[in-house]
Amino acid sequence: MKKTILGLVIVGLLAGCSTAEKKPAPVVNMSQPDAAARAAAAAKAAADRAAAEAAALKQATMGSEANPANAESDLFKHSIYFDYNQYSVKDEYQSVLEADANYLNAHTALKVTLQGNTDDRGSAEYNLALGQRRADAVRKALNLLGVSQAQMEAISFGKEKPRATGDDDAARAENRRVDIVPQGE
Amino acid sequence: MNQKLAMCILKMRWAFVLFLLLPFWAQAAMTIDITGGAQSKIPVAVAPFAGAGATYQLITDVVGADLLRSGELSLVDVSDLNPPLSDPADPRFSVARQRGAEAVVLGTVTPLASGQIQVSFRLMDAVKQTQLAGYSYTADASELRAVAHKIADVVYEKLIGVPGIFSSHIAYVIEQGKHYSLQIADADGQNVHSVLKSIEPIISPAWSSDGRQIAYVSFEKNKPIVYVQSLTTGKRHIVANFKGSNSAPSWSPDGSKLAVVLTRDSGSQIYEINADGSGLKRLTFDGGIDTEPDWSPDGQSLLFTSDRGGSPQIYQMPAGGGRAKRLTFEGDYNVSPAWSPDGKSFAFVQRNAGHFHIAVMDLATGQVQVLTHGGSDESPSFASNGKMIVYATRMNGRGVLALVSSDGKTQVHLSDVAGNLREPAWGR
Repeated sequence: MKKTILGLVIVGLLAGCSTAEKKPAPVVNMSQPDAAARAAAAAKAAADRAAAEAAALKQATMGSEANPANAESDLFKHSIYFDYNQYSVKDEYQSVLEADANYLNAHTALKVTLQGNTDDRGSAEYNLALGQRRADAVRKALNLLGVSQAQMEAISFGKEKPRATGDDDAARAENRRVDIVPQGE
Repeated sequence: MNQKLAMCILKMRWAFVLFLLLPFWAQAAMTIDITGGAQSKIPVAVAPFAGAGATYQLITDVVGADLLRSGELSLVDVSDLNPPLSDPADPRFSVARQRGAEAVVLGTVTPLASGQIQVSFRLMDAVKQTQLAGYSYTADASELRAVAHKIADVVYEKLIGVPGIFSSHIAYVIEQGKHYSLQIADADGQNVHSVLKSIEPIISPAWSSDGRQIAYVSFEKNKPIVYVQSLTTGKRHIVANFKGSNSAPSWSPDGSKLAVVLTRDSGSQIYEINADGSGLKRLTFDGGIDTEPDWSPDGQSLLFTSDRGGSPQIYQMPAGGGRAKRLTFEGDYNVSPAWSPDGKSFAFVQRNAGHFHIAVMDLATGQVQVLTHGGSDESPSFASNGKMIVYATRMNGRGVLALVSSDGKTQVHLSDVAGNLREPAWGR
């Protein structure tokens, strides 16, 4: 019992401080032997904190001039929505994607991740594949508009990170989408 | 009565720990609810273990609860006999028979000077009064549950003729708000250990066949990446982190390789990769989705889900890749194939009129039996004896784990008020 309690205290502390840290997501490995786990967890916590501080500093020094999120483009602010069971980009997004492509073509050092999402129905892995298909569709559309493949990574969250949590049609529609984010976010 | 009390005490103990230390990671014991069962259950009396007293009452309770949960045995109460029945020569032995028992479990608990305890038991044929099995275990007081599960395994195997799975473990993910934890519990949902905690999702845990390693998909780096973690040392490494998504790990039976799904080349396709992340080889080549590979117990083939025919269906192909054969035809959504341990059938998820059910297909006949009727049933995984399937479902708006016997007759629900349970995988 004592072992368990010690292990849990560490987790509690880490969990407590983790919410303020953005990246990397704190992951606590619980299956290590007790003493090693405590040492490792403490070291990891320190490393995580250092990494978070470094990241914050970097973010701050980049300032408004280089930070793409602060630029004029709404690249990172809009989503591309899909109909139920549909995986091709709707025509209505053509002008939005053209603006996105223009911005990316003018900022070739900027790398972005295209995150595909699905609603909550069905298997986790199959939904992951469906979300990927949506992200790939946006990647291909941007590529046709001249954006280099090297600048983009299409990934999927499947049904794992719903923006809307209800199980009504509106919530499900909100979750069938692709977001464009700076790589690593 | 005693079982309920013991579980209650156990829960209270957890609650106490939580209250003191775990405001974020509430972790309570699961509750168990059994329905149905085989038509003719074998009645067994589990006498309170002599010398157990209140301290070791847990052993008797866990043995009884395990046997009951199988759905194939029923319990005959002899707890009123005082002192408890422990000697087959006891003239009161016939009471168990008179109450309908066909078999009787007799046990004694002896504390040793070392601080350990010795637990001995006999399984008796109630009619012939002959001994069917007898074992003795020496264990630390912290291992009472493990000893009880071993006893239940012996009793089950002697009476049913198939190894018990009460000592086995189930891995699953518990989701508590924005907190995720990959946990491993005993087959009865108790004795929970966390393997990994994260503020990003974790899915698709997969046991190596020796039960020593677990592969899973973690989103901790803001994209799906496949990890393998040793359960003995706790060390883990990345197996697949290619451009795009990396997911759906399934171990080869010899533990040397994994089948995974990558999107690095063209959509979601199946690859094999060595467990250390080397030796990548692509196995499927089509424009659609190929995912959820499950390596056959004989190592020769893979089941997987593909939409190459227009809707997601289950296919089989040689383990090294090659021509795939479509296996499911009923309905427009058949996913998540999971081999039975004997390789003669597989469980999968079938959608019917918008509802998701667990079904089993016999490979020789192609016959499909729908086992569950929950409507949101997902992620089936067989126990190593092939008798039970664990899956995820929803009850009262909460994700819970459920067990169904492979004949569909017995249903057991394991729920945890602390959060949503998902993605179960039954290990050794």
